[in-house]
Formats: sequence, structure tokens, C-alpha cells
Amino acid sequence: MAQDASPVLRVEHLTMRFGGLVAVDNLSFEVGRGAIAALIGPNGAGKTTVFNCITGFYRPTEGRLALHRGDPAVWSVLDDLTASGKRGMVRSDGALFLLERMPDYQVAQRARVARTFQNIRLFAGMTVLENLLVAQHNRLMLASGYTLLGVLGFPSYAAAERAALDKARFWLDRFALTERADDPAGELPYGAQRRLEVARAMCTDPVLLCLDEPAAGLNPRESAELNELLLRIRDDHAVSILLIEHDMSVVMNISDHIVVLDYGVKIADGAPEAVRNDAKVIAAYLGVPDEDVAKVEESVGL
Amino acid sequence: MQAGAQAGRVQGSRVQDSRVNLVRALRDAAFTGLVTFGLLLPLIGFETVTNIRDELTLTTRWPLLAAAVVITVAGRFLYAIAVDPWLARRRERPAQPIPAWRYYFKKWFVPFAIGFVIAYPVLVILIVGWGGGLKWIDNFGIQILIYMMLGWGLNIVVGLAGLLDLGYVAFYAVGAYSYALLAKNFGLSFWLLLPLAGILSSFWGVLLGFPVLRLRGDYLAIVTLAFGEIIRMVIINWTALTNGYAGITGIPRPSFFGIPFNADDNGFAAVFGLEFSPLYRVLFLYYIILALGLLTCFVTMRLRRLPVGRAWEALREDQIACRSLGINTTNTKLTAFAMGAMFAGFAGSFFAAREAFISPESFTFIESATVLSIVVLGGMGSQIGVAIAAIVMIGGTEILRQLTFLKQIFGPTFDPTQYRMLLFGLAMVLIMIWRPRGLIATREPSVFLKERKQISVDLVKEGHG
Repeated sequence: MAQDASPVLRVEHLTMRFGGLVAVDNLSFEVGRGAIAALIGPNGAGKTTVFNCITGFYRPTEGRLALHRGDPAVWSVLDDLTASGKRGMVRSDGALFLLERMPDYQVAQRARVARTFQNIRLFAGMTVLENLLVAQHNRLMLASGYTLLGVLGFPSYAAAERAALDKARFWLDRFALTERADDPAGELPYGAQRRLEVARAMCTDPVLLCLDEPAAGLNPRESAELNELLLRIRDDHAVSILLIEHDMSVVMNISDHIVVLDYGVKIADGAPEAVRNDAKVIAAYLGVPDEDVAKVEESVGL
Repeated sequence: MQAGAQAGRVQGSRVQDSRVNLVRALRDAAFTGLVTFGLLLPLIGFETVTNIRDELTLTTRWPLLAAAVVITVAGRFLYAIAVDPWLARRRERPAQPIPAWRYYFKKWFVPFAIGFVIAYPVLVILIVGWGGGLKWIDNFGIQILIYMMLGWGLNIVVGLAGLLDLGYVAFYAVGAYSYALLAKNFGLSFWLLLPLAGILSSFWGVLLGFPVLRLRGDYLAIVTLAFGEIIRMVIINWTALTNGYAGITGIPRPSFFGIPFNADDNGFAAVFGLEFSPLYRVLFLYYIILALGLLTCFVTMRLRRLPVGRAWEALREDQIACRSLGINTTNTKLTAFAMGAMFAGFAGSFFAAREAFISPESFTFIESATVLSIVVLGGMGSQIGVAIAAIVMIGGTEILRQLTFLKQIFGPTFDPTQYRMLLFGLAMVLIMIWRPRGLIATREPSVFLKERKQISVDLVKEGHG
């Protein structure tokens, strides 16, 4: 695998154990800046576990997850930062965070990693617009003087809220949800709920967007639209995307780079074309003819 | 011809339908009667009475038992034959457009209600006169407003943040004892102690919040329940400070900018050249609690439109999604507990100032349950619903006290207030059948782009802590 000079996320030796079960075993990969990386693998391969480690929902048993933004030179302090025991550092020319040390909400707030969920998690009883405003909580909280100024009705908060509404409107427009802005999120059709979840994640101004099966349950037309949308997000907003996906039309069409997991172990890593023709990947997904089992097992190292 | 035959068939099936319904209703009623009989036989059928020689004798109360069973059977029969099919028809009926009067009603209800509560004491005095007004303003107005305020305060924790708190009365107690002890021992004024009691209560709210942050749902409810009891037990047993069961007497009452409400020469009536009447103080207290209540309501409505309020509601909807969006759920929960507790603290210090006497008796679990049922009956998260529920529940209890004419019917020993809990339960059951999510079963969005649409509560989650 070609080493990117300045990836946005560097996963090194990530291992996650649940009791005796090794869900992810010594996994290393990188997500390039402004790239779309896909994490694929059969069911139960540990993809969502990797996501939960990156976004702070799980604390990895071992490994380093470094997220970077700004000047590539900032990468040089990675080892010092790791040794210092700090969670991250912000300099004028960039920032570096060690995600494995941060609780989930800080991963989103400070390191600016946004995520969506495999089973959609919207605020169903709140309107589409409210969903997008909740996503801008931290900035609005600051503007409302941690509620104090907001209760007293200071104009600074009103301005911040207008800005938040503008941002929400922008993303509603982008995701073709403006018509449904005042409807409760739970009443949207399935495809629109998926889009809303991505829009909500984008409202947090992420550096890295982690999408857990964004195309699950979408029809071919909808997933084609999603492809286009993700490409536009990447190109227009300086966001890198890491996605888990089973829909190969999405994975093969838009990914710059694919990592394949099987039983928690990385079996392939590279460009879509190379991964598509990789013998181990084909074996993991489709199995192999009986006469080839011994050969493949040998090549996989079993 | 054919149409006639079809109509006949429809008619026939309808007759058959109603016959099936009748049979089902009868069977239902009979079964209910059997259960009631079995249940009430030991409870009502037999009674132990201590006779004159101090012996325990068993007497029977067959007529009473029969009456109870007949009432239950009749009620169940009516429900099965009339109410249930009606409810089913109502469910099938397509949604109808909202009639115009509802729109105007909605628009004018809140201003009218606020105007009414401000004018209420004047109206009472005009109607029942100077002498009879005391009862209606004090027992009715102030009592209802205290519970309304508590309901609004708890609504933040339960209705908005979705954290089931069964120990809310603890904060009410902290507020009351803070005021009582500080006012009595240090002579501090009501207006200084009111915010102080609120701060102390919210401090305890945070203190309770910390250990329960990790708990969800039923476990959270149990720990908050225990917290309420712990506070009460401490108050009972720390006699050196709180005087235990005996309570604290002679708590200073609030004064009108330094002028006390008494019959002295420097009292309120004398200073303003009025004839002395205890009503002045009651009026003063009424307007204090009204102002506090409106403040609670106003602040809560304001908070709902602020990021913290939206975060509370988002927390109720989905905590994990909240965390993925960078919301610190720990702090958000703590602010909800602290806010709710603060309003209870205000109400508590007002309560102590009004009664001039407090004891642990006033802060039992039943108070928490009452406030919680006000919130649940009103519709979780709805300010107007909570207000209506408080009026119905607390006002209803007070009305029972006024029904002295019932003594003429049921005999002089009949005390309608003893049936309070029964009616309470009945109201609860009826509301839960009629409106399972409370009186006001819609959620008002906190912000909108083009039009403000009501959100059906069916979509809104109740929260699991």
C-alpha cells in the first residue's frame, strides 16, 4: 500500500477484545485526506467495531488511532504526543488527536469526527430542522453563554441561531429535504431518513465522516443519488469519508481505497480494482471450490 | 333487487355483530364480577371489629360486597358494550381537519388563562365576599399554583430530558428546610433566601445526578426514589438541626418590602390605613407564587428554544446519537436535574414561608407521586397540559373538602376527602384509556422554517434515562 504523505486518519495495530473474543486483530490502515475509503467484509468481520473504536464508543484494547488536520508537518509530533499522555494537541497550523484516548462526545466535538449508524438513529419526535440544530449544539451552546445569555435574550445568541439555521438550510437543500424541514424526522420515508442522518452529521463540520452502511435499504436509484452526493461532499467540503458498505455498486464506484476485513483481520487493502481481483477477498465473500480449499488456506495462512 | 339483498345482508351481519358483542360483553362482565368477588371477599366481605370486651370478632358486610361487585360488573359491561366499540370506531375514523373554533381557542387560551389567574383573587372577593375569600385564594389558588410550579419543574426532568425522577419531593424539602433554618437562625429575608434555596436545591440535584448518571430506566427511577427517602430520613433523624418529626415552627413570613402583615401599628394594614385582615397576606402570597410559577413556565419555554433544551429533548429521543454529535450527555443530564431541582427549591422555600411550619410529614413519597402524576396526566413536555392537570388533581381534592352537603346524604360520619385516592386512581385509569400519552398529546417544535406543525406524541419517545 502506498503511504499517503498526510492521511487524515492513521489506524495502527488496532486490537479490540471482548473477553475471549478478538473482534479486531492488529488492524492498520490509513484514510487519505479528501479520499473516500471503504471498509468492507462479510457479516461479523468487525467493521462496526472498528467504527466504534474510531468514534470513541469503544475504547480499543490496543492500538493508536491518530486523526490529523492542517499542515502535514504536524504529523511529526505524533510520537511526542503519544508519549506525553495527552489526548490531543491543537496548534495554529493544525491539530492532532489520539482518538483512542477520547470519550465519544469529544471525538465528535474536538477531533470533529462525525458518524452515522447502521440502524438509523434520528431524533424521531423532533422535526428535521431541529435534528440539524441539535447537531450544532456545541457552537450554539457557546453562543448562548452556556444558556445564561440565551435565557436573558442577548442578541449575540440570536445571530448565532440565525447562522445555525442558515447552515441547516444549506444542508437541507443539498440533501433535498427542504420540503420536509418542519416534519418530524420519524415520519420521513426510509431513504430520506438515511439522507437526514448524513446531513445531520455534516452539520457538525466534520473532518472525517464515518458512514455505517449508508446505502442499506436504498433502491438502486437512491443509492446512485447517494454516490453522487458523497462525491460532492468530498469535493466541496474538504471532508474525508470512511464508509462501511455491502452495496458493491456504491463501494466500487466511489471509493478511492478499500480495506477488507474478515474475522477481524485485514485481508486486503488497496484500490477498488486490485481488491476486486484479490483471491483472498473472493474466497472470503464467495468461498472456494472444494479442490482449492487447501491451497487457499495455505495462502491465507491458516 | 341485488342492492336490497346486499343491504339486507349488511343489516343481518350488523345484527349478528351486535349479538356477538352482547355475548362477549356479558362474558366479560361475568368474568370481571368473579375476579372482583374473589378479590374483595377478604377485603370488604369480612371485617374484624374489637368488641366491648376487647375481643376481636369477625363480622360480615355482604351488602357492601354485593354493591361493589354489582358496580364493577355494570361498569365492565357498559365499557365492553359501549365504550370499547366507540373507541374502535374512533380509531378507524379518518383524521379530520381542525375546526376553526379550535384554532381561535388555541390562540386565545393562554392570554385568557394568564389574565384569569391574575384577576382570580379579585373575582373571588367579588363573588364570595371579603370573609369567604380566604379559603378560595389560599386553599385553592395558592395550593394549585404550588403544585403547578412543581409540575413545571419536574416536567424539565421527566418531560423534556426523559429522566424518570421519583424523588422530586427531596428538592422541595431541601428548599423548604433551607429557608426555614436560615431564616430562623440567621434572620435572613425571604427575598435573599429564595434564590439561595434554589441554588442549594440545584446543588443537591447535581449531587443526586452524579451517581445516577450511569443508570437508565427503572434503575434510575429506583435510585431517585431512594434519594427522596434518604433526604426525608436525614430530616427526621438529624434532630439537632431539623427538630425531627416535631418540625420547625415559627418560620418568619415574608414581609411587604419590610412591612410585616400583622395587626400591629407598623403592620401592613395600619401603614396603608386599611382595616386589618389576614387576607392581605394571602393575596401577597398568591401573587408571589403566581410570579414564581409564571417565571418557571417562561424560563422552561425559553430553555426549550435554546440549545440546552434541544439537547434535553434529543437526549430523551436517543442518547447514543447525542454523543455522536458531540453532546456531553453527562453535563446535559446534570443541568436537567439542577434546573428541575432549582424550581422545586423555589417552591419549597415559598411553602415554608407560607405555612410558617414545616415537618417531614409534608415531604413524603406521595408528594413526589402526585407531582409526577400531574406531569404524566398533563402530557409529558406540555406546559399547558401540566397546568390543567394540576388544576384538576389538586383543585379536585380541595373541592372534595367543600362537598359538605354529601354528609346530609351519607350521614354525618361521611368524609369525602377519604375517597381522594380512589378518585385519583379512577382519573388516572380513565386518562390512560382515553389519552394514553396525557391530556396534551402533541409536541410543539421549538423552531420552524415555514410552518409550525404539531408533532403527534406517537413519534416522541418517553426516554429511558
